[in-house]
Amino acid sequence: MNKTVNQKAWFLVLPVLVLVAFSAVIPLMTVVNYSVQDTFGNNQFFWAGLEWFEDMLASDRMWNALGRQLMFSAIILAIEVPLGIFVALNMPKKGFWASVCLVLMSLPLLIPWNVVGTIWQIFGRVDIGLLGYTLDKLGISYNYTQDLVAAWITVIVMDVWHWTSLVALLAYAGLQSIPDAYYQAAKIDQASRWKVFRFIELPKMAGVLMIAILLRFMDSFMIYTEPFVVTGGGPGNATTFLSIDLVKMALGQFDLGPAAAFSIMYFLVILLISWVFYTVMTNLDKRDGL
Amino acid sequence: MTDTTAKAPGAGTIPGKVTETQARAVPRRRFRPNGSAVVMAIYLLFLLLPIYWLINMSLKTNIEILGDFSLWPRDLTLANYAKILTDPSWYMGYVNSLIYVVMNTVISLAVALPAAYAFSRYTFLGDKHLFFWLLTNRMAPPAVFALPFFQLYSSVGLFDTHIAVALAHCLFNVPLAVWILEGFMRGVPKEIDETAYIDGYGFGRFFIRIFMPLIASGIGVAAFFCFMFSWVELLLSRTLTSVDAKPIAATMTRTVSASGLDWGVLAAAGVLTIVPGALVIYFVRNYIAKGFALGRV
Repeated sequence: MNKTVNQKAWFLVLPVLVLVAFSAVIPLMTVVNYSVQDTFGNNQFFWAGLEWFEDMLASDRMWNALGRQLMFSAIILAIEVPLGIFVALNMPKKGFWASVCLVLMSLPLLIPWNVVGTIWQIFGRVDIGLLGYTLDKLGISYNYTQDLVAAWITVIVMDVWHWTSLVALLAYAGLQSIPDAYYQAAKIDQASRWKVFRFIELPKMAGVLMIAILLRFMDSFMIYTEPFVVTGGGPGNATTFLSIDLVKMALGQFDLGPAAAFSIMYFLVILLISWVFYTVMTNLDKRDGL
Repeated sequence: MTDTTAKAPGAGTIPGKVTETQARAVPRRRFRPNGSAVVMAIYLLFLLLPIYWLINMSLKTNIEILGDFSLWPRDLTLANYAKILTDPSWYMGYVNSLIYVVMNTVISLAVALPAAYAFSRYTFLGDKHLFFWLLTNRMAPPAVFALPFFQLYSSVGLFDTHIAVALAHCLFNVPLAVWILEGFMRGVPKEIDETAYIDGYGFGRFFIRIFMPLIASGIGVAAFFCFMFSWVELLLSRTLTSVDAKPIAATMTRTVSASGLDWGVLAAAGVLTIVPGALVIYFVRNYIAKGFALGRV
């Protein structure tokens, strides 16, 4: 759609601007303030310059949390995206069963995140949880509060359970928008199932898949509640992701300076990666002539 | 098997999808592998099993939960639910959550509608940057904002009020609503606006009387997503409240304290938090995917 130039449109955007400025810019400025100041209590602040940033960059704590975070995001993207596409390809196209699948698949997305944590906390327990009990009876030692590998597997399976449906729903929406003529042409050309997927379905899904990857990346990178409820960041620090570490530092230990410096770097990393995704996404939009 | 699923009763009765359904009347099933139903059954089983387990536990007594292991409640009890629905410190959690969620949805939509219209119809100075800046707020980790929010709302005397949580959740819901609505508005031809203006409609009257009904489904979807993301969020709502506006999610941590864990009540509270989502999902089931794609399908 060709848009007209109209500077007065700013007035329509103004309410959003004011609201978001109140709830984003002011708090963010507070964070910036803390990040360059030091305090000895009594609301007395001293200019500290970039000291906190240097401290944080030199400490292992942030790098370890960042490493765990990147590994977590990479693993869940590597599982959820292919699995989501696979599920979408197998969903009924229309009718009663399509609706049933849509509703049931959306169910995990609407459960409050701490309840998701609670569900898996219970489900994985050896004494009262179906999963833990079954594994225990099969002779597999499984204890997500003690064992590092079990904790990671639990958190990852929980995230796959929670969010794969999102990828599947998006891929499904992309599939629905493919006109039948494409499939008929493929049929005439006697294209194999794989070629139909590779040259028709995948390119047509590219746009929504980018959104799926963007959303999954952003949300997994900020994950806090679910692993916090299940493992509390443990055993040790094994599942202490960036947000958990940050909350521990800011609200738990009240180390305002380091926490603020941490916050800003954390936000910048997300911003940078998301900007790359966003640019790719808008370019895809343009290519499709949207 | 696949044939029966596609011709099952209810096909074609989905509202708002009629034209699309007719357009796609040509069968496409031949491209689907036969194992589809099996794959879907396994996947849905994987999704529903943990939820079933939660429901199962919520219907048991604590003695049964900790005592003998059973796949279904032998000693069916509704006591856990009764406890939650009769104890104000429990059910007020739900009321508080619902209050700020509804407030947030209304605020988000009210400010997002005009903005989304501006983005979908006009070019103006800095529009692309503004749009990306809005999106960055959706990306902002709540953990970064928890402490500054706490201080900001404490200093203006809004701590522990519903409006504080509602405003805080605007951080990620307003950008989301703008995105979804913009996507839906793009699909409405501009000629409609122009015709209305020629017919003498002012902007306000045109927007409310003509434009909003046209994107009603988009508004519904945006409302649904605001509702959902406000409902599932815990970190900010917990940080910004203590007693008066305490959300159910934070109340649930109570079961941990006194005399060990009260698993049955915890499970029942969890089940009750799923109910609102399950109810609204039914109404928007055909638009969920489009909404998640931020209106860009």
